[in-house]
Amino acid sequence: MADVTMRVWRGDSTGGDFADYTMPAVEGEVVLDVLHRIQAGPAPDLACRWNCKAGKCGSCSAEINGMPRLMCMTRMDELPTEEPVVVAPMKTFPIIRDLVTDVSFNYVMARQLPPLKPRAPEADGTYRMQQVDVERGQEFRKCIECFLCQNVCHVIRDHEENKPNYAGPRLFIRYMELESHPLDTNDRRELLRQRMGIGLCNITKCCTEVCPEHIKITDNAIIPLKERVVDSSYDPIAWLGRKILRRTKRGAVEVAQDAPAFTAPTSEDRLERQTLPVMVGTAVGAGNPSTAASAGPGAGPAEAAGGTGPTAAGDPFGTDAGA
Amino acid sequence: MADGLTAGPGAGELETHDFDVVVIGAGGAGLRAAVEAKERGLRTALVCKSLLGKAHTVMAEGGAAAAMGNVWSEDNWQVHFRDTMRGGKMLNNWRMAQLHAQESPDRIHELERWGALFDRTPDGRILQRDFGGHRYARLAHVGDRTGLELIRTLQQRAVSMGIEVFMECKILRLHKDSEGRVSAAVGYWRPTGSFVAFTGKAFVLATGSIGKSWKYTSNSWESTGDGHAMALWAGADMIDMECVQFHPTGMVWPLSVRGILVTEGVRGDGGVLRNSEGRRFMFDYIPPMFAAETADSEAEGDRWYDDHTNNRRPPELLPRDEVARSINSEVKAGRGSPHGGVFLDIASRRSAEYIRRRLPSMYHQFKELAGVDITAEAMEVGPTCHYVMGGIRVNADTEATTVPGLFACGEVAGGMHGSNRLGGNSLSDLLVFGRRAGMAAADYAEGRTGTPTVDAAESRKVVDEALAPFARDGGESPYDIHRDLQETMQSLVGIIRTESELVQAASELDKLAERAGAVAVSGGRAYNPGWNLATDLPSMLAVSRLVTTGALARRESRGGHTRDDYPKPDPEFGKVNLVQRFDEQGRLTLTPEPLPQMPPELAALFEEPAASPAPAPGKEGH
Repeated sequence: MADVTMRVWRGDSTGGDFADYTMPAVEGEVVLDVLHRIQAGPAPDLACRWNCKAGKCGSCSAEINGMPRLMCMTRMDELPTEEPVVVAPMKTFPIIRDLVTDVSFNYVMARQLPPLKPRAPEADGTYRMQQVDVERGQEFRKCIECFLCQNVCHVIRDHEENKPNYAGPRLFIRYMELESHPLDTNDRRELLRQRMGIGLCNITKCCTEVCPEHIKITDNAIIPLKERVVDSSYDPIAWLGRKILRRTKRGAVEVAQDAPAFTAPTSEDRLERQTLPVMVGTAVGAGNPSTAASAGPGAGPAEAAGGTGPTAAGDPFGTDAGA
Repeated sequence: MADGLTAGPGAGELETHDFDVVVIGAGGAGLRAAVEAKERGLRTALVCKSLLGKAHTVMAEGGAAAAMGNVWSEDNWQVHFRDTMRGGKMLNNWRMAQLHAQESPDRIHELERWGALFDRTPDGRILQRDFGGHRYARLAHVGDRTGLELIRTLQQRAVSMGIEVFMECKILRLHKDSEGRVSAAVGYWRPTGSFVAFTGKAFVLATGSIGKSWKYTSNSWESTGDGHAMALWAGADMIDMECVQFHPTGMVWPLSVRGILVTEGVRGDGGVLRNSEGRRFMFDYIPPMFAAETADSEAEGDRWYDDHTNNRRPPELLPRDEVARSINSEVKAGRGSPHGGVFLDIASRRSAEYIRRRLPSMYHQFKELAGVDITAEAMEVGPTCHYVMGGIRVNADTEATTVPGLFACGEVAGGMHGSNRLGGNSLSDLLVFGRRAGMAAADYAEGRTGTPTVDAAESRKVVDEALAPFARDGGESPYDIHRDLQETMQSLVGIIRTESELVQAASELDKLAERAGAVAVSGGRAYNPGWNLATDLPSMLAVSRLVTTGALARRESRGGHTRDDYPKPDPEFGKVNLVQRFDEQGRLTLTPEPLPQMPPELAALFEEPAASPAPAPGKEGH
């Protein structure tokens, strides 16, 4: 078979450039296979993440010929071979080396999410749920955390300053999963509106397009979340309904009390501190100049979560404030 | 922490973190152990080689076995215990198998409280699916991505508890204090290449598998046996390392994906194996031990899916070792598929809609990697190195190793699965023994006196050794050594073994160890995969040695260990663990030591007639 040329970005946070590697083509290979052969041959220090090589772990995300994809699921025979195959790291995250980026942003935002608070179980100590009710959440739990959706979301791809107050599509599906979880009793809507920037998304559906698990991120998570958040703020009928029907979901202030008030720094912070200084030592919330959420279409006055939460204990959703 | 970025030779202080409990490995077992220790209020660290949530647990497909009795109310822990012991050919640690069978239902329900969304029965309980070797449909599952559900649930639990996670950090060695207790772990950060030490009062190894020493494996790059090797070097006993499971159905084509797993759920949901002549050859390979409970005609096997009561299970659902050996024999006899496997056919037996709903990941995997539509064509499959039943010897109740302060759980621990693991028993193993290891480590940490420290001279030695490949000129590439190791283990210590080949493997390993001692790497320390591989080689070589030595010594065929020259089980070998450890002179020794004795009330479970006809109805789903 003919040769293939891979044009791979090489470098680190201080800069770098593309390097060409010409390798013999092998039938049935994916992009990651060719990179592995480059590692075993001309460039043993070529850095890329990978684990399962079967599209299940979401480690090997990259931009292949400009398209954000998993390297392990991109077959060489579907790419044009007349020109070099260009492999670049995800753009939205700071580069560590070569194709490896610092994705700690996603882990930091995940730590701020109030977890499932299940209702009481049945008498036998277990739960009953119908298949139809778990299926909605199951769609979101297919997520392999490749962070390609985060990578293409221009709210953060083009605006680094939005990161501290924007959870991004990966986390929005997690919020929606919990919103629709048959057992959950938390209400995260104020948090989403105030701190997680649900209003910033303007529904371009880039995230949905790149999802390797084909999760309908925009239609099934972001839009319903936006609707719920707006309902909770402005809809007098919904408000009345809640009063009359005694809603089972718990309120934002209660949720805030349960959220981890302080999460110890972990290895992801090490890199995060170099790259996202705005998030460190800042009690994010009302009054923070970088609270971009207030510019969003769904945003209202900063009153709930951060504002009226138990501020004495510090930022209720904070991660490493003061660490 | 900034100091840690530049720590290393000549940079003075080693970056050090102190904890009560240090868990190494963040797959299901490590996460579960960390959650337990943290719940006890202890300062708990979780250290892992990859990003959090990427560990090999994510690849588990079929489900987690637990006798909840949701589909067949007759199921209970005794039946599960019996299936597990028989599947392991009675080499299991009976107490571990008992605890596992008793506790796994609670562990599954606990996951549900933490957010897991399992598939449901019509009455809203957790649905359970059929799997090889399990008498009843017993596997709690989420389509064919159960491992992802399990790791994500535990990961989210751990994160919400504020457990400190140290990602992309590889541990190289464990250090002991003057009293012989493990007191520190030394390793390096992959992103920077700088060195780091963790001091702790108790350490839990949950480092998973060893598959990367074989050429065709379902395991990811992480499965280099680090925990096995570190424990061995720290003086721990290793048992039955020759017992390695070759999963019967890995992909065989395209070559680049050879070894990637095809879930047993395909067979549990109706898929059958055929040779090039179209014959369902598994009917030719039913062993006497399982004959009474296995269908002897295709018609009976096919009826079983809808009527467990009056029919026996099809032979495609025999334990994995039996199926893998049968496929191997068919291919050897020249009745294989075009790419050297056999055909796994569900397309002709179930509707496309059913296949896509029950096996979505398999559908995608074949569609995207092999260009095969499994709803329309058969898959080509063959055995792939999948799991090691052997491992660190532990106390069944506490997962304490023979080294004070060191605990082990999950795949790195031995005993639970005997000589062959049943599908689905590994996810529940992670939960049951991860929790127990976390509890016992917490107890040990609370009772430990004195302050654990890092020995400067010892850690310097580890650092120097790890960095040595950078200083060598003209040494060999780690990739070349790794490739040759994989070829050696694949061809000489594979699914079927024989004395002459094992002896040859042992001498090849000597040569490989020598070559590894002269390995050279180029580039910098920051995220350098060549260097990372060079630091994995010592573990892979140590583990390969253990497997080869054990395989030579076990002159019988049992479970995952098959000797061409000793094709039958030997009752005498069935009574012993083969224990390997370093003696005081630093020599690796192997001693057969008696298995723990099962109490009479459990032994009685094996006296009942093997094939009492199947249970009363109660089946749901499908």
